[in-house]
Amino acid sequence: MRALSCPVPLLALAILLGGCGEVWNNPYPSQDGGGNILYSAFTERPKHLDPVQSYSEDEAEFNSQIYEPPLQYHYLKRPYELAPLTAEAVPRPRYEDAAEREVAADSPKAAFSVYEIRIRPGILYQPHPAFARDGEGRPRYQDISREELQGVHSLREFPHSGTRELTAEDYVYQIKRLAHPRLHSPVFGLMSEYIVGLKEFAGRLKQADAAQAAAGGHSAWLDLTQFPLDGAQAIDRYTYRIRIKGRYPQFAYWLAMNFFAPVPIEVDRFFAQPGMIEKNLTLDWYPVGTGPYMLTENNPNARMVLERNPNYRGEPYPAEGEPADAGAGLLADAGKRMPFVDKVVYSREREGIPYWNKFLQGYYDSSGISSDSFDQAVRLSVEGEAGVSPEMARKGIRLETSIGTATRYFAFNWLDPLVGGSQPDAAARERAKKLRQAISIALDWEEFISIFANGRGISAQGPIPPGIFGFKAGEAGINPVVYDWSNGAPRRKSIEVARRLLAEAGYPDGRDAASGLPLLLYLDTTDRGPGDKPRLDWYRKQFAKLSIQLEIRGTDYNRFQEKVRKGAAQMFAWGWNADYPDPENFLFLFHGPQSRARTQGENAANYANPEYDRLFHQVKHMENGPARQALIDRMMGILHEDAPWSFGFHPKDYGLLHGWVSNLKPNNMARNGLKYRRIDAALRERRRAEWNRPVLWPLGIVAVLLVASAAPAVWGWRQREQSRGCG
Amino acid sequence: MLAYVIRRLLHAIPILVGVNLLTFTLFFVVNTPDDMARMQLGVKRVTPEAIEKWKAERGYDKPLLFNGNAEGAARLTRTIFFEKSAKLFVFDFGRADDGRDIGHEIRTRMGPSLAIALPTFLLGLFVTVSFALLLAFFRATYLDFWGVVLCVAMMSISSLFYIIGGQYLVSKVWHLVPISGYAGGLDAARFLLLPVLISVVAGIGSSTRWYRTIFLEEIGKDYVRTARAKGLAEAAVLFRHVLRNAMIPILTGVVVVIPLLFMGSLLVESFFGIPGLGSYTIDAINAQDFAVVRAMVFIGSVLYIVGLLLTDLSYTLVDPRVRLQ
Repeated sequence: MRALSCPVPLLALAILLGGCGEVWNNPYPSQDGGGNILYSAFTERPKHLDPVQSYSEDEAEFNSQIYEPPLQYHYLKRPYELAPLTAEAVPRPRYEDAAEREVAADSPKAAFSVYEIRIRPGILYQPHPAFARDGEGRPRYQDISREELQGVHSLREFPHSGTRELTAEDYVYQIKRLAHPRLHSPVFGLMSEYIVGLKEFAGRLKQADAAQAAAGGHSAWLDLTQFPLDGAQAIDRYTYRIRIKGRYPQFAYWLAMNFFAPVPIEVDRFFAQPGMIEKNLTLDWYPVGTGPYMLTENNPNARMVLERNPNYRGEPYPAEGEPADAGAGLLADAGKRMPFVDKVVYSREREGIPYWNKFLQGYYDSSGISSDSFDQAVRLSVEGEAGVSPEMARKGIRLETSIGTATRYFAFNWLDPLVGGSQPDAAARERAKKLRQAISIALDWEEFISIFANGRGISAQGPIPPGIFGFKAGEAGINPVVYDWSNGAPRRKSIEVARRLLAEAGYPDGRDAASGLPLLLYLDTTDRGPGDKPRLDWYRKQFAKLSIQLEIRGTDYNRFQEKVRKGAAQMFAWGWNADYPDPENFLFLFHGPQSRARTQGENAANYANPEYDRLFHQVKHMENGPARQALIDRMMGILHEDAPWSFGFHPKDYGLLHGWVSNLKPNNMARNGLKYRRIDAALRERRRAEWNRPVLWPLGIVAVLLVASAAPAVWGWRQREQSRGCG
Repeated sequence: MLAYVIRRLLHAIPILVGVNLLTFTLFFVVNTPDDMARMQLGVKRVTPEAIEKWKAERGYDKPLLFNGNAEGAARLTRTIFFEKSAKLFVFDFGRADDGRDIGHEIRTRMGPSLAIALPTFLLGLFVTVSFALLLAFFRATYLDFWGVVLCVAMMSISSLFYIIGGQYLVSKVWHLVPISGYAGGLDAARFLLLPVLISVVAGIGSSTRWYRTIFLEEIGKDYVRTARAKGLAEAAVLFRHVLRNAMIPILTGVVVVIPLLFMGSLLVESFFGIPGLGSYTIDAINAQDFAVVRAMVFIGSVLYIVGLLLTDLSYTLVDPRVRLQ
């Protein structure tokens, strides 16, 4: 009898789990089974959900479903195209001279660009206590005291909520918040250079805030409506105007970002009440928008939940796309009201293995592919086409690929006396240029992509990735310093060409011709762990092809950034993800006045070329067209020749989807893609049941093993006790 | 005894100051306030003015340890170290760099940490002590030999292997419990079964060997021989006499960790998606959030000191000869 007691806990376990329904390993509540719910995961907890501060993609995954800036990217069309969201149309700027008289678009007198944006009437905010009103129409929660807030720990504990119509003033209010002295908008610096009066407005707010603090109201609400801003004004209930200094056609792209989403004054005031911050009740935690979803659970330690906004107007699904979209079923829902999914549950997954396994079990609807699971998930055909492995295909899993709007590069610090281009002596500059060109040829990015990215990338011919205006495919677009065009494809020049360039640079066989000393170069990197060794060995091998000694300086990310900021790193590998699909967003990475070491700008290589800078100023203000392309081609020519970067590669994004997910087309610019997504919840339920049938025999084996291992001990114990008794 | 407790608590103050100073120094050797600002503000389009503003708002614009521009005591008090440390001693942890109240986070996350740590601790203690007693009972037999071999093998395997292997077998292949996740209330049991089981199994090897050594030492003593000579059954000898007399070394290792159960487990929480204090600490380190790191180290130190004190007090309970003065 005693031996039989061992399996009891196992039986209890079986009974406990048996109560969970047909499958035992479902991590979600059983009452959610069969629901029209999308399941996803997040790795990093979002730092900011206030649209004035949030800038990371992780945060945009949530915010972009909630907030609605006036514009968005068309979901299906490529190249990326702006489309209205809350605006009635994509605004075209009109231009004014210094005396604010309208001038022609191409007039050299144009001193201001004016965007007039008309939003659609009838758009409502999600339910929120800040909009709640009492019987007499007064805001119900506008002047609550600390005492009344006692016991309140979340917004759910406010019994009343309300809504109101979106107005132009809400957009103006948010633009003013960019300059709020207590907020840290990452784009304030940039926008204050363009939006008329924003810098001065920030100064006035700062003074007012200081005066308020001196009067004892340190964290009291700062009413931004009391401070006019010349560059952003509401014209009427549904129209507002933004005035930009000079020409800045890229500004329209900013209007598709959450920095320009509306924030209602009531909400700002609601969260500024005494005691709210102490309760973690802030706009940074509880976003409020007009979008298809609202955040109903914000527990970034475990899960975040978006639910359908009951006040959402129901935007129609797009009816146009690329030619292949109809065949792929992406236009089947054309004209239908979105969103299609009722609820989205994001679970926190810190580690890749549980995330991947839960995807395979059907508990996540989509997944990326890590290097560890690449071979299990993807098969490359003889032609190099990627497809899912037979195991994935059996499960009905699909693969979606797209080339990211990003570039990974290897930079030469322009300020470095050896590899840079700032030497006063023209001969030294020429030597350094040839050295950079030689290294650019030697760095075999095709090999890198194959080894370290599982083939997920295409080698870069310049900074601009495919899909963005200015990128040229084919022979016309190759980097002629590094590649030849052969058999219809770019082919990296031979290492002999690189060696010849190196000799011309004064380093035959990797030795300084003057001193005879070996050429020693330094690569600064954050790769320093055991797992990074293959990558570092690869770099050494590339330089060894030219007999150049490479010393790798591994450091943490902070020190690495500091070195780059100070211009102290000789060579380093980095990357850039596009903010918006315009070539300016890549070309400015070489703009001399934006040097990282001199002005803390985004030109991390500190590259400077007066001709390039001149062309950049022209290109920056032009509309897309042949003239712009011609100038971009000239700029590419300068970059190819100067080689401030070895243009690495444009990464390819691979994503896996279960068969029950539809309407998903990778879009690297739009983050508000949840509303388009559709799922077949019944199919998912069937698949989950099929894939997750509990396997019970191991419980029996464990029980038998426990009994079998306990038996000799029990037997031995009895023997001993009996022998002692007899003795 | 009260005087002893008070004296020990007073001793804790300089220890906590020292721990705080060490944490502060180590943290700021690796991170500067500028780094912290950049981590919070992001790497794109961050201006030097924004960084200065962030630092000024959070008091990171002051000197680290000594303010040469101040007068008198302010030279020490108008520093990051003093301003960030003083409030810790009244358990005011302030706000994390992302603005969240640290005290609230700790209170929220303590539950999940305890939910996994407490059963692991109790079950683990029961299993390992029982197993060790069994091995001691069968000392110098094949059962003992193979038991020790098993323990050595188990303690030689990385806990990461147990976690990944356990998740693979139990959750992925056999589909018995969820791979990761957490839920409140009774539903938490489904998510805790596997991590608790794995944590217990992972700890069996080292703990059993330690307790076995203690028991074997006790078994060789005269009073055990006397007990046997009196004709007591071996079970009575082991459980009534040996176990009780081995309590002092057991308590030394056990009671000290009880308060630390609140701190959670870094690895297990991370792999199983348990939103406890262990993962909170890991997140803070990754985010270079000094406010949270400092608070967690401080709490860990306090709990450890409390654990040591409780250990001393527990000696008086299990051994009447011990007197604390």
